[in-house]
Amino acid sequence: MDRTLADVADASDERLLEIAEVTGTGADSRRLREIGFCAGAPIRFVRRAPLGDPAMYELRGALLSLRRSEARRIRVHRVAE
Amino acid sequence: MTALVRLRPSVPPKRPGRVAILGAPNSGKTTLFNALTGHRAKAGNYPGVTVDRREGDLQRRFGADDVRLIDLPGVYSLQPQSEDETVAVQVLAGGFGEAPPDGVVVVVDSTTIERGLPLLAEAAGLGLPVCVALTMIDELKARHGEIDPKELEEELGVPVVGVVGNRGLGIDDLGTLVSSSWDWTPSPGLLHGAEAKTPEDRFGWASDVLGACRRQAPEPNRWTRRLDRFLLHPAIGSAVFLAFVAFFFQAIFTWATPAMDFLSGLMDGLADRVLATLPDTALTRLLADGVIRGVGAVIVFLPQIVLLFTVILFLEACGYMARAAFVVDRVMGWVGLEGRCFIALLSSYACAVPGIMATRTIPSPRDRLTTILVAPFATCSARLPVYILLIAAFIPADPVFGPFTWQGLTLTGLYFLGTGAALLSAAVFKRGLLRGATLPFYLELPPYRLPRPSDIALGVWDRAKLFLRRAGTIILAASVVLWFLLNLPRRPADPQLSVTENQRTVLEGSYAASAGRLLEPVFAPMDFDWRINVGLVASQAAREVMVATLAQIYAHEGEDGEGLGLLLAGSGEGGAPPLLSRPSALALLVYFAFAMQCMSTLAVIRRETGGWRWPAFTFAYMNGLAWLSAWLTFVLASAAGA
Repeated sequence: MDRTLADVADASDERLLEIAEVTGTGADSRRLREIGFCAGAPIRFVRRAPLGDPAMYELRGALLSLRRSEARRIRVHRVAE
Repeated sequence: MTALVRLRPSVPPKRPGRVAILGAPNSGKTTLFNALTGHRAKAGNYPGVTVDRREGDLQRRFGADDVRLIDLPGVYSLQPQSEDETVAVQVLAGGFGEAPPDGVVVVVDSTTIERGLPLLAEAAGLGLPVCVALTMIDELKARHGEIDPKELEEELGVPVVGVVGNRGLGIDDLGTLVSSSWDWTPSPGLLHGAEAKTPEDRFGWASDVLGACRRQAPEPNRWTRRLDRFLLHPAIGSAVFLAFVAFFFQAIFTWATPAMDFLSGLMDGLADRVLATLPDTALTRLLADGVIRGVGAVIVFLPQIVLLFTVILFLEACGYMARAAFVVDRVMGWVGLEGRCFIALLSSYACAVPGIMATRTIPSPRDRLTTILVAPFATCSARLPVYILLIAAFIPADPVFGPFTWQGLTLTGLYFLGTGAALLSAAVFKRGLLRGATLPFYLELPPYRLPRPSDIALGVWDRAKLFLRRAGTIILAASVVLWFLLNLPRRPADPQLSVTENQRTVLEGSYAASAGRLLEPVFAPMDFDWRINVGLVASQAAREVMVATLAQIYAHEGEDGEGLGLLLAGSGEGGAPPLLSRPSALALLVYFAFAMQCMSTLAVIRRETGGWRWPAFTFAYMNGLAWLSAWLTFVLASAAGA
């Protein structure tokens, strides 16, 4: 069952996931893919900001932060560790 | 791909070789650049755009004396979306009237190597010779990761050097490499990566390359994890953030003050000495009051700017600045901005000039422009002398509640007024004028690192120079012009009168006075007379000039702020009538809170936005708002019988 990164952050789910798809077209989605959010990449939720948004994720060895509005566009599924 | 067979431009024998340094933000690019150039760089701007330009010569000890290094802006990709990327791509393609560089050093952080390799593939795709600098090798080892540069080199067909920029390891190897001939043939593997069309393909290529190198990925950075658990904790994290803001204000207002007082005293002393020593001619007075005090008005802000950028660059280099942006992003999101805009706005409480300069860390051009347009509303330190003069004269010191007095509350209220105006205008701009597609918000949180003091010192030095050059030239010109306005036309001194009285006569007949009288219809609704208007004209050079100009107009000996206040409020010993009613004084306070009265800020906005359009807009909308609010204040205060 695919979820988005925003759901993962809401559930504070720190298990390892894999990006299934970055929805949307155009410059926005390309930029997210260029910084590393592309299909097949392993990703993990780390924490939310003190005020609840944005959230921090671990991706390809780096810590990256996305707002809920961007996280919603990234579909993920769980992988066995 | 045709770019691959494109020939390198032939290099005339006398021209220095130019090598560009390309890398993602936080890849260690700047430290590397500083180490290679021996901390000698020329900072400036690319023409027409707002991106920092840094160049420096490769140190001669590496074996070549004619290699020029270009520090490109930090980019994630060469598909230009932001201004930084556009500039990087243009420089690599041979823009700005220059030939393309003769080679590119791609800086790749070895702890996040799979994120850096796609940029290498893109650079190779341009057909320029490339080599790779793998940074943070020490951190990689400390976290039990491993990569063999030699293996990677074989895989890519281009040289790979492992370096630790802040400890100088591998710098000699890289320097020698950069000085040597650039005749490397990329491997078929690298050419394959260069042909990749999508980010997915490039990242896929990167994992294939790393897979072939038996690379060991590093373990998570434990220190960063631990510190984040504390510094980003829901409760503690917010407290730390507030402490950070308090520390920032403390630094701006308390620690910079002694140096600022010293500098302004020094320049005043110098001006007085010039007046006392040289014969009393118009030229002497121009030199003392126009030039020396004019320069003084600029360099008095230097301590604040140096301190401000030391704090900003230190916190940026050690990794907290990105966390502060992460914590405050949600609040900034309410007005359509993002976390990084907060830092620039915060700096503007010292002075809008460094604040506007600090907007360079904001990747979205729209957010950046919005921040630039609203930053001058922040209550900068130049407003304080005016606030203090007027509050002391017109607001009773009576207690309101506990330790709070009307005076204190008024000052606090003025701070809230400026902040509110900045945030509200930002919201209006983002919803109206500057609406449109924006880059998605993303923020990289680098690991906590101990910064290298020399890198910070160099960064502060660059910005101080930029400030002096930009603000200095304009302020100097403006204060000279202002001096002429206040002192011309010339008239012979009347020996019957004292020096001060003579000065007053000149001033009353000056062009500035005519301007003040000309402005009377504009400010009549607030009941400002021509003398206040002259102060407003003069304060266009810098807000705090208002106090000195009023003192000069009222020919009050010693330019003593308190005495001037009594004179304004009409409670002086001579029983003179008040020169300003309380509603007018309140209107004047509000006017100062909102008005755009600073030449240096306008000059910096022009430099940062590349034209007169946005400074003209800022001037118009801020002064319009200031006039309306001042008038409203006057009407309300008069009705309330204040």
